[in-house]
Amino acid sequence: MDSLMPREDRGGPAQPLLLAQGLRKHFPVPGGLLGRSRKVVRAVDDLSLSVAKGETLGVVGESGCGKSTVARLLIRLIKPDKGTMVLDGDPVDEPHGITVNELRRQVQMVFQDSYASLNPRLTIAETLAFAPRAHGLPASEARARVRDLLDKVGLDPASYAERYPHELSGGQRQRVNIARALALRPRLIILDEAVSALDKSVEAQVLNMLVDLKTELGLTYIFISHDLNVVQYLSDRVLVMYLGKIVELGSVEAIYGNPQHPYTRALLSARPSMDPRRRTKEAPIQGDPPNPIDPPSGCRFRTRCPFAEDVCARVEPPLADTGAQAVACHMRVVGSGHSKAAAP
Amino acid sequence: MAIQSPTVDISAALVRPTLASASRGYWPSVGRRLRRDPVTLVCAGILLLVVLSSIFAPLLGLADPYKTSMIRRLYPLGSPNHLLGTDELGRDMFARLIYGGRLSLFMGVMPVLCALLIGGTLGITAGFVGGKVNMAIMRVMDVFYAFPSVLLAISLSGALGAGTENTLLSLTLVFIPPICRVSESVTTQVRGFDFVDAARASGASALTIVRVHVLGNVLGPILVYATSLISVAIILAAGLSFLGLGVKPPEPEWGLMLNTLRQAIYVNPVLAALPGVMIFITSICFNLMSDGLRAAMDVKA
Repeated sequence: MDSLMPREDRGGPAQPLLLAQGLRKHFPVPGGLLGRSRKVVRAVDDLSLSVAKGETLGVVGESGCGKSTVARLLIRLIKPDKGTMVLDGDPVDEPHGITVNELRRQVQMVFQDSYASLNPRLTIAETLAFAPRAHGLPASEARARVRDLLDKVGLDPASYAERYPHELSGGQRQRVNIARALALRPRLIILDEAVSALDKSVEAQVLNMLVDLKTELGLTYIFISHDLNVVQYLSDRVLVMYLGKIVELGSVEAIYGNPQHPYTRALLSARPSMDPRRRTKEAPIQGDPPNPIDPPSGCRFRTRCPFAEDVCARVEPPLADTGAQAVACHMRVVGSGHSKAAAP
Repeated sequence: MAIQSPTVDISAALVRPTLASASRGYWPSVGRRLRRDPVTLVCAGILLLVVLSSIFAPLLGLADPYKTSMIRRLYPLGSPNHLLGTDELGRDMFARLIYGGRLSLFMGVMPVLCALLIGGTLGITAGFVGGKVNMAIMRVMDVFYAFPSVLLAISLSGALGAGTENTLLSLTLVFIPPICRVSESVTTQVRGFDFVDAARASGASALTIVRVHVLGNVLGPILVYATSLISVAIILAAGLSFLGLGVKPPEPEWGLMLNTLRQAIYVNPVLAALPGVMIFITSICFNLMSDGLRAAMDVKA
């Protein structure tokens, strides 16, 4: 065994592996006088989530709803404007907490674009050895680790280690990306649309490999995707995002079996069905999401929601616990003033 | 007879590459393309000849390039003992052209090398760090950019005074902004790729990321651009010498030779044009070579 070992579990199984509290990221919009514009893209707005040890948290939502920003915030590729993160009991980037570097040892990420995420000038072995070497693993041990990593993702080390990314297929490249994410023996892996660009058959292979790796290495996943079927297959809990906010969060059975938020319902009814009789004829919701530079007041979904009422424009619905899942909708809040809400 | 248990070959289950050939890196493939490019090869050959003859000029048994003779002034081309004739002070033209290459090439390559070091570092820093650092570096470069390069070189040399070192200094300053700008733009481009994010997510230091992931991807385009600047540097250096702001006589240098021979243009125009021909050949070779390099390197790995 080499010297760069996985980190020990600290808080026990009941303590969340990762806890994010009130994460916020607003990107300034370029333009305005001297580049000082007051306008911002509200990519992620006061988002809180927790990831339990050993689970897979699925994150779904339309394009541009802030899924990838969440991923980049959680691994600190971008600095949040506000919010705190706690990794297994240790606050991140705070006094008495752990450093961002330590966070990155324990949390890794797989990117969507398998080609752009590999350096074209480096061989597969060089790419995989980079992170362990940067963390001080000696060259000989790094070589052994590269062989081990390639074995883990089902690529023959003898024939792949010295290859360049352009000599590999998309599925093989994504296996290399997964191997790289495993290189530092992390505990949590964020998969940002990791299989979305692959052919369906290759996607299935990679998904099954991810499931196997999870049990073998005791990993925790945050699985970000727009593909609802894949999320259902892989996840234990699902988080639905709309315009930088959580609209619904709950177990995969609750979300898929009994969706509460109109947006979740619309998403689920929009997914393609294998059964011709169950195919949707009409689009469940119309149009594009509103501009995140100037999101609607109150509930952000109200402009496309068939049940929108006055209260939705005035008050922002809280993420209320309804038992099986948490929903941010006035229809589920007792005494909210919505005609469909229960009276107080 | 015992029933043999079926053996499972695990290695067959592993995905094997379809290609049997040995893996080839980026640079070997660039070399392969260059070898198939006759123009670039010929240019490189000519340049090699010019460079080698300049370096080994004292060993070639040439006439003394400083030895003047009042009797043998302005001999035409093909004169006995003076293959390319003599200049206005009776010095052997062939020897002076070869010796002149030493200074001219030096003035072409050195400022570009210095500017590459300084401008490249600044540009890569600006591109990789971004934000306010980028703003500060690039706006300073814009100030230098506001002056036409020839004017900037002339005014700097004029202020500093004639001489090899001052010419070197002013040419370096002229070339830092363009190299910096090119470096900054390619670095910004490379920084946007996911593999740089992945490297940052691995917790490596910025310097390690630049060394391993950025340099390999930006050095190619920057070098190609720098090669194309060498010809400009040669011409600018020659121009400064021609104006009397560069090398001082009697040092042989192509630009200065053009200047001193210009009175002979009515007497022996071919002779007077010879240093210009040398400048022309060298700079066009550098230009064509940089074009060839660009073409050979402009491939998705």
